[in-house]
Amino acid sequence: MLVRSMRGWFLFRFLMLCILVSAAPLEAAWNNPYPPQESTQNIFYSSFGERPNHLDPARSYSSNEITFTGQIYEPPLQYHYLKRPYELIPLAAESMPQTIYLDAQSQPLGDHPAPESIAYTLYRISIRPGILYQPHPAFARDVFGAPSYLDMGRKRLRGMNKLSDFRETGTRELVASDYVYEIKRLAHPALQSPIFGLMSEYIVGLADYAKTLQTAWDALKKKKGENAFLDLQRYDLEGVRATGRYTYEIKIYGKYPQMKYWLAMPFFAPMPPEADRFYSQPGMKQRNITLDWYPVGTGPYMLTVNNPNRKMVLERNPNFRGEPYPSEGEPGDAEQGLLKMAGKSMPFIDKAVYSLEKEAIPQWTKFLQGYYDVSGINSDSFDQAIQFGAQGDVGLTPNMREKGIKLKTTVQSSIFYLGFNMLDPVVGGNSERAKKLRQAIAIAADYEEYIAIFSNGRGIPAQGPIPPGIFGYREGKQGINPLVYDWIDGKAVRKPLTEALRLMKEAGYENGIDAQTGKPLTLYFDVTATGPDDKAVLDWWRKQFDKLHINLVIRNTTYNRFQEKMLKGTEQLFRWGWNADYPDPENFLFLLYGPNKKVGKGGENAANYENAEFDALFVKMKNMDNGPERQAIIDRMVDIVRRDSPWLWGINPKSFALYHAWYGNAKPNLMANNGLKYKTIDAKLRHDRREQWNQPVLWPLFAALALIIAFLVPGFIGWWRREHGANL
Amino acid sequence: MISYIIRRLLYAIPILIGVNIITFVLFFVVNSPDNMARMHLGMKHVTPEAVQQWKHEHGYDKPLIYNAQQQGAKKLTDTIFYNKSVKLFAFRFGQSDSGRNIAYDIRQRMWPSLSIALPTFMVGLLLNITLALLLVFFRHTYIDFWGVVTLVVMMSISSLFYIIGGQYLVGKLLHLVPISGYGEGGNVWKFLILPVVIGVVSGIGGGTRWYRTIFLEETGKDYVRTARAKGVSELRVLFRHVLKNAMIPILTGVVVVIPMLFMGSLILESFFGIPGLGSYTIDAINKQDFAIVRAMVFLGSVLYIVGLILTDISYTLVDPRVRLE
Repeated sequence: MLVRSMRGWFLFRFLMLCILVSAAPLEAAWNNPYPPQESTQNIFYSSFGERPNHLDPARSYSSNEITFTGQIYEPPLQYHYLKRPYELIPLAAESMPQTIYLDAQSQPLGDHPAPESIAYTLYRISIRPGILYQPHPAFARDVFGAPSYLDMGRKRLRGMNKLSDFRETGTRELVASDYVYEIKRLAHPALQSPIFGLMSEYIVGLADYAKTLQTAWDALKKKKGENAFLDLQRYDLEGVRATGRYTYEIKIYGKYPQMKYWLAMPFFAPMPPEADRFYSQPGMKQRNITLDWYPVGTGPYMLTVNNPNRKMVLERNPNFRGEPYPSEGEPGDAEQGLLKMAGKSMPFIDKAVYSLEKEAIPQWTKFLQGYYDVSGINSDSFDQAIQFGAQGDVGLTPNMREKGIKLKTTVQSSIFYLGFNMLDPVVGGNSERAKKLRQAIAIAADYEEYIAIFSNGRGIPAQGPIPPGIFGYREGKQGINPLVYDWIDGKAVRKPLTEALRLMKEAGYENGIDAQTGKPLTLYFDVTATGPDDKAVLDWWRKQFDKLHINLVIRNTTYNRFQEKMLKGTEQLFRWGWNADYPDPENFLFLLYGPNKKVGKGGENAANYENAEFDALFVKMKNMDNGPERQAIIDRMVDIVRRDSPWLWGINPKSFALYHAWYGNAKPNLMANNGLKYKTIDAKLRHDRREQWNQPVLWPLFAALALIIAFLVPGFIGWWRREHGANL
Repeated sequence: MISYIIRRLLYAIPILIGVNIITFVLFFVVNSPDNMARMHLGMKHVTPEAVQQWKHEHGYDKPLIYNAQQQGAKKLTDTIFYNKSVKLFAFRFGQSDSGRNIAYDIRQRMWPSLSIALPTFMVGLLLNITLALLLVFFRHTYIDFWGVVTLVVMMSISSLFYIIGGQYLVGKLLHLVPISGYGEGGNVWKFLILPVVIGVVSGIGGGTRWYRTIFLEETGKDYVRTARAKGVSELRVLFRHVLKNAMIPILTGVVVVIPMLFMGSLILESFFGIPGLGSYTIDAINKQDFAIVRAMVFLGSVLYIVGLILTDISYTLVDPRVRLE
C-alpha cells in the first residue's frame, strides 16, 4: 500500500514538473550555439562553407581565404570602402606610391613620357611610422633581449601544439624591409605563390631571384631535409629594396599601371623575417604551427582560434593604431546612415566568430534564428527570402521584413560565359562561316531565360567581356551587343530567332544541315557536371541549340580530364568564368589576348582567341590611364570581340546579401577585402531578438511520450495478466 | 591465442601492401601529378613552370612505380609509390600535400567523431537489442505486428530524412538544441544530443529487425523450451538465456565496427558541423590530396583487420567451445 502510494506521489511530482517546465516562459534560448556570456558582447557571427587552404599572404588567393587574411595583413594600399567607382587609398602607406618612369639607363623620364620610351617604372612607397605588429611569440624577448622562442629544439617544443601555448609574446614596429621580405617570398620555391609567374614578368630580377633561391633551397634540403630554412635576407632582389626605415622601392619592367592594384592585396603585405624564422624551426611543421596556419600581421584583427573544421576567430589586435572611418562616400550613403560613424576610430567590432557550415539548411536556419548576422541566399531558401514585385523589382518577403532583415544586391565583377575553342575546325577560326555560326548561337542561347530559371533572377546577361563596375563598361543603348540585341523602348531586346536562322543559312547550315557535307551539324559541349541540378541545365542547353537544329552532344567528364582537354585544345564548347582581381578592364580583356592562349602557353585565354588588331589595341590600352582615349580603344576592342564572338558572353551574376537589423555599415564592396573593421553590431538588439525568436517549445515532446505510453500500456497489461494471472 | 594473433597480424602485411597498391593505382589512374598540382595551385595564373615546381617540391616529379633511369634497387625505391607508401607501415603519415601534418589532424579530429559515434553505437546497440527482445516477448500480439511495421517503415526512410527532419523539428520548430555546431567542455552535450538521437533512431529500423530475427531463431531451440518447461519466467528466458546464446551473431556484426567508430560519419558530421574525421577522406579526394587519401585508406584497412581479430577473440569470451589456434 505504501509502495503504491509512493509510486503515485513520484508520478504526480513528475507530471507536475513536466507541466511547469513546458508552461513556464524560459529566459534563455536553449538552441544558442554560443556560450551564454557572449550574448551581449560586441561579436560578429558568420559562417564559412569551405576551410581556407592558405593563410600565408604569399600563397593565399581564394576569396574564402582573403576573408581572413584581409583583416590581418596590411598591404600598402586599400580600396575606399564607400566610394564608387572603386578608388585606391593608402592603408599602411603614408600616401599613394610615387610613380617614376625610367629609361633603359634607369634615368627618370618626367611625368608623362611617351610609352615606348619607358623601360622601367619605379614605385616609391613610404609607410606610416609607428605601426605595430600584433602580439606574437616570434617577437618575444627574454631579459637579455634575445628572442625567447628561437632555436628552441624539439625538447622545448614538447607540449606546444598551438600558437597560444607560447606564453610570451612581443611586438615590434613595422619597417619597410618587411615589405621587401614578403616580395622576396613570392619567389620562394617551397611556397609556390600563385602570382609568382605573373610578377616575375614585371618585377625586375624576380625570375632570376627564383632560380638563385631554387639552387640554394635544393642544396639546403639535401643537407637538412625537412628542417631546411632559407634565409631570404641573405639574398638581394634586384628590383625591390628598402631605401630607409620607412621607405622602399619596387622597380618593374616597362609600364604596368595595374601594379598599384596588386599593392592592395595581401601578396604585398609585410612579413617580419622573425616570424618566418620562428615558424621554420624543427618540429613546428609537425605540430602544424606554420605561417600558413597562424598569420602574423599589423591589421585591425588577429587570428586567435584557427580550427577550420569548426570555427575561426578573429579578435581585435590590441596593438592596432586605429584608423578613422571614412567621412565621405558616394551620393546616398549619408541617407543610408553609412556616414554616421565618420571619423570614429576603427575597428568597431571586438571579435568575429566564423563557424563551419557545410550544409545550407543549418546555415540558413541559424541566420533566421539570429545566430548569424549575415547570410547569402541559396536556391532552396530563395523563395522564402525574396519576392519580385509587379515591375520585376526585387524585395524581401513579409517574413523577412518582419524580422527587420535588410537586403543588399550588387552585380558582381565576374563573368560566366560559354566559350568556343577557336582552334576547332567547326566552331573556331576567323572565317565568315564560323563567325556567323557563333553569332547565330549567341542569339539562340536565351540567357534571360537561363537567369530566370537557374539563377532566380540573380544576374544580368553580359553584353561583352567587361562586367558592370569596371572602367570601360557601358550602360544602356551604348552598352548592348548589337549582334544579339536590339534597343527597343529603352530596353535591350534579344533579336528574334529568325535572325539566328538567317545567319545559319548564310553560314551554310540551313536547317542544321552542313551544306558542304550534307550531314546534320553536331556540336560537342565539354562539361564537368556533377550535381543533380546539372541535368536540367544541360537539357536547357540542348534545347537552345535545337532551336537552330543543331545536335548538341554533352561530353560529361571529370575535372582533370576537362583541364587536360582545355590545355590540349581538344574541346569544342566549354563553360568558364572569371572573377576580377582588380577593377581594371585589362583584367578581363587579357582573357582574349592572343599571347595569353591556353594551348601552348598555359594562359588564361581559354578560347584560344587571336586577333591581331585586338592584340595590338590591348597592348596599347593596358598601359593607359583611364580616360576618353582609353574608353575609345576599349569600345573598339569590345566591338571586335563581339563580332568575332569567341564567347557567348554569358552572365554577370548578381549577389544578394541579407543582414540583420543589428548589423551596421553594410555596403557591398567587391574589391575591398578588409571590410570587417567598418562594420558595427548592436549586441543588445541582437540579444533581445534571439530571446524572442528562440523560446523552446516542449509540449510536443510530452505529447509524443504520452502517445508511446498509450500504445504500450495495453500490451503490458496483457503481459501482466499472462505472467501473473491476476486482474489489474 | 597469442600465436594466433601474431599469425593474423603477419597475414595483415601482404593485405596492407595490396591495399596500398590498389589505392595508389586507382588514385593515379584518375589523377595525374599534373592534375594534383593544378588543383593545389588554384584556378588562376597557373603556369606550366608552377606545375613543375609544385611536383618537384612535393616529390611527384618521379616515375610512379618503376624508375628505369636509376640503377639497382633505386629503380623501385626512387619512385612516387615507394617514397609515399613505405613510411605508412611505421604509421608515419607525414605531411598532406597542402602542408598539414596528417597524424596531428587525425588526432585532433578523431575525438569529435568519437563523441558522436561512441554514444550512438552504445545507445543504439542497447536500444536495438532491448526492443528486439521486447518484440520477441510480445510476439503474436498487436505490439509485435505494429512494431515490425514501424521498423520496416523506419528502415525504408533515408538517413538524410532523419537528419533534415530532426534538425527541422527539434532545432528549427521546437528550438530545443542548436541546429548544428560543436562545443567544448561541459557545453558539448547540447550539440551532441540531437545527432546522437538521430543516429540512434535512424538505426533502429534495421538494427532491431536484425536482432529480432536472431532472437526468434534462438527461441525455437531446445534449451529455451527446457527453460520454459522448468518455469523460468519469459523475461528471464529472453534477457538471460536467449541473449547469451545469440551473442556470436551479434558480436560478428558489432565488434568489427568498434575500431572504425573514430573514422566518423560523413553525412551526420557534415549536416551538424561536427569537426570530425567523417569528411576528411572525402575532402582529400575532392582536393586530390593523395597523402591524406593513402593515409586514411591505410588506417581504415588496419582498423578493419584489428576489428576482425577482435571479433575472433570475442568469440572465445562468449563461447567456451571456440579456441583460437
